Amino acid sequence: MNTLDPRIKRLSLDPSTEVEKTNSHLITYEVFHQEKRGKHVTHVGIVHASNPEMALVMAKEVFGRRGKTTNLWVVKTSDVYTFGSDDEDMFETTPEKTFRDPAYYKVRDRIEKFQNKQKFEHEQRT
Amino acid sequence: MYGSTNLSEEEAKRMNTTVEDPEKLEAFESRIARGEKIEPQDWMPVEYSKQLIRMIEQHAHSEIVGALPEGTWITRAPNFRRKLALIAKVQDEIGHGQLLYSAAETLGKTREEMLNDLLSGKSKYSNVFNYPALTWADIAVIGFLVDGAAIVNQVINSKGSYGPYCRALERICYEESFHLKQGHDNVVYLATGTKHQRAILQDAINRWYRPLLHFFGPPDKQSAHSEKLMKWKVKLASNDDMRNQFLDQYVPKIWELDITFPDPNLKKNDDGIWEFSDPDWNEFKRVINGDGPCNAERIAVRKFAEEAGRWVRQALMNPSEKYVVPLA
Repeated sequence: MNTLDPRIKRLSLDPSTEVEKTNSHLITYEVFHQEKRGKHVTHVGIVHASNPEMALVMAKEVFGRRGKTTNLWVVKTSDVYTFGSDDEDMFETTPEKTFRDPAYYKVRDRIEKFQNKQKFEHEQRT
Repeated sequence: MYGSTNLSEEEAKRMNTTVEDPEKLEAFESRIARGEKIEPQDWMPVEYSKQLIRMIEQHAHSEIVGALPEGTWITRAPNFRRKLALIAKVQDEIGHGQLLYSAAETLGKTREEMLNDLLSGKSKYSNVFNYPALTWADIAVIGFLVDGAAIVNQVINSKGSYGPYCRALERICYEESFHLKQGHDNVVYLATGTKHQRAILQDAINRWYRPLLHFFGPPDKQSAHSEKLMKWKVKLASNDDMRNQFLDQYVPKIWELDITFPDPNLKKNDDGIWEFSDPDWNEFKRVINGDGPCNAERIAVRKFAEEAGRWVRQALMNPSEKYVVPLA
């Protein structure tokens, strides 16, 4: 075909070629990335691959090109179990459970009140 | 533009007539209004998913096709440092294509269907990649200005409502900032170099000026609007607003190098709006409909890659594995 590009010219492409449609899929793997030793391994995306080894190779290319990486994990998408988004309401009241938070337990006021009372009683006695 | 949200009249009409379950629709819309993201497993209006597939798919194709004009310059890079940067950039673009195809797949269209639609001409990609990269200065201009325009578009879209697309865009924008910096570096080297280097840079800018104005799509007064797409945070800024932001950020960076744009009417008004001559919107339409300088070549190269790589994919295929839609 007529092109200014020497590399394309060498391919001697025929633009009228009919391409056979691809209908079969490689399966997908969910990719998890660990940035540093000691850090959590977090989900970053997916790759298409025929087996776990190829999935790791692809994951390295897509998610480990720059910055720091200590490790990558891949898991077949079909092996991941999740709650449905309809079930999201089961977590709705969790933020209300403040008795699970350290900040819920405030004793300073009570201590001060107690100390004031002690002091007052001590002064009364003397 | 990258992922076009310009509707045909027929589509705009359909968007306003498709009837959805009002209760679910309200929950969906109020979630978006609260600034929350939509995830793949959530209920969503048919048109929301359809428009997103089209937009993300076009964006993905643009990344893949966009790597073609640059890819052929790898062997002709002027030095080793530039060659390393260009290889890295081209690899990034393909990586971005992968991220975006994944995001579109979560909406139910498989990657193979998208690739088939690219080859058959059913899906589009950004118009800007139907122009040739004639000299090394084109690589500098693509790296700086085409990527600059893409970043304007992508940063805005990353504030959208669909979780997987936003996550992909955040990663992409981070990597694109390297493309932009190396492109600027390249432009500055040419502009501050020999007479010949300045001349090829000026020539490249002259040829890319109009395609760059076309990049963000037709003027607002010519394009079909959809209130719904704005409300659903699929489209976040108008074509004219994005174009103006681009001109505001990049024109001064070219002018300071004593390089000009081939438009005597290009200037910023007191109200902050850039004025420019009509960039020939008929040309834009012609190129989108297949009659650009490189449309045939781009698709021919993709077809070649598809055919030449087929035996590898077939050899790898494990027919007992069942494909499932990716999760996130």
